[in-house]
Amino acid sequence: MIRFDNVSKRYPGGFEALSNVSFRLEAGAMAFLTGHSGAGKSTLLKLIALIERATRGQVFVDGQNVSRISRRRIPFVRRKIGFIFQEHHLLFDRTVFDNVALPLVIADYRHQEIGRRVRAALDKVGLLSKERLYPVTLSGGEQQRVGIARAVVNKPLLLLADEPTGNLDPELSLDIMKLFALFNRVGVSVLIASHDVSLIDQFSYPVIALDHGRLATPRALPA
Amino acid sequence: MSRPPGNRQQAVHHWSTTLRRLLAPQTYALRHAQVAVDSLGRLYRNRVASLMTAAVIGIALAMPAGLYVLLGNLDRLSGAWNGQTSLSVFLKDTVTTDSARKLADAVRAWPEIATVTLVTPEQALEEFSRHSGFADALGTLEENPLPAVLLAIPVATHADPMSAGLLREKFRGLEETELAQLDLQWVHRLTAMLEIARRGVLVISVLLALAVLLVVGNTIRLEIQNRHNEIVVIKLIGATDGFVRRPFLYSGIWYGVLGALIAWLLVILGFQVLAGPVRNLAGLYQSSFSLQTLPLVLLLVLLAGGCLLGLLGSWLAVGRHLGAIEPT
Repeated sequence: MIRFDNVSKRYPGGFEALSNVSFRLEAGAMAFLTGHSGAGKSTLLKLIALIERATRGQVFVDGQNVSRISRRRIPFVRRKIGFIFQEHHLLFDRTVFDNVALPLVIADYRHQEIGRRVRAALDKVGLLSKERLYPVTLSGGEQQRVGIARAVVNKPLLLLADEPTGNLDPELSLDIMKLFALFNRVGVSVLIASHDVSLIDQFSYPVIALDHGRLATPRALPA
Repeated sequence: MSRPPGNRQQAVHHWSTTLRRLLAPQTYALRHAQVAVDSLGRLYRNRVASLMTAAVIGIALAMPAGLYVLLGNLDRLSGAWNGQTSLSVFLKDTVTTDSARKLADAVRAWPEIATVTLVTPEQALEEFSRHSGFADALGTLEENPLPAVLLAIPVATHADPMSAGLLREKFRGLEETELAQLDLQWVHRLTAMLEIARRGVLVISVLLALAVLLVVGNTIRLEIQNRHNEIVVIKLIGATDGFVRRPFLYSGIWYGVLGALIAWLLVILGFQVLAGPVRNLAGLYQSSFSLQTLPLVLLLVLLAGGCLLGLLGSWLAVGRHLGAIEPT
């Protein structure tokens, strides 16, 4: 699902965030991405999401070399990916329902289809009763779950999460992680960036560790 | 997971989106309608600010529209007298009504003459006393001071200033003629002035259209800045540039349409204010002339123009500023 071939990313100004990183995440697999802050976790996710482009090397998403994809086609790659952000990036002037529906609206789904899928996604994250509310009225954990519902509503092949539990207490964090495991069990590939080692240790998924932009893998992936 | 090579698959995905639009045009049109309504709702939520922007556009559009209608009215005014050139031939007071009538018949046979009307001294006096308000004073006169007049209108081919001038010379050569004058030189001058005014209105229209473009562009630019976060989020979720652009383009269109409606109201209001004095003035000239307000066609032109300018203005802003907003 994801393949990095000798990928380096140097930002303007000379800082090298990733150096010669190669790994592979098979379709349907789930893995954690760890490392100290500044190790390059976010940069790695940004390369997959085409927010940044690799300076050297090649990035494949779903078998497609996205390193040299044209700007116009970026949206169509992103539609295969569900993102979950630390600050969940919800739109506060719309209801929970409208926030979750956004990816479907963007992709021109039919009205009835949107209603059906949004309710299914909200049901999975346990927020079906809150569809008419605005995000401000929800707790931090609930807002994060709305973000997850939005990420999975169009049944993406891949879920990417950047510190999804960064603002949550341990108990809520565990719930969120279990939710990801649940999606993985139905075939979605999942890659979660997190520095919360104690949380990661409660699961047996492989770990990709970054150290100053280089790969340092304690629990190896099948490479 | 083995899949066909990337770019081909990408193209397939892209085409499937296009195909879905073609197969379900209602869905696509419905989506547009939704965005249009959403944009209008957004304007309504900030109604004071939106109204002020629309008012600026309205004033800018009202200026050329009002001037245009004013010109149309002046045109009508000169047209009422113009249409054809005419000559007034005042006959000597020695000419009797009978011989004047014979003269009129003779002139009527000239090939360059379209119509001739004889106004006898009696008719002239009657008309004068009816319109001038001097009826009582005229009654005290012992004899009619007014001469007989031939009102001659040349055929179209002889209506240009040169031929009409020649025709006047021909009238002057008649022994019965006291004075022959070409009535409508001033109409030609008015027409020439109207032509200049029309050019002026055109220049003003272009300048004000430019102003509308800038106003809409600037407003949309601010809106793009205000919705920076939202744009980032929907781009991350996979929105195409077209999708991101759409609400802003509709906002621009709405601004233009609202501006056009305001312009329409302003012009109607302005003419309402002018109508009274104009009727007064026309009354003083013995004319039943009254101002004609906007024809419905002009409302349509205003709406179409506002729509187009709004769209163009927002397109410029969107093109300049939307591309710069990318997720980081």
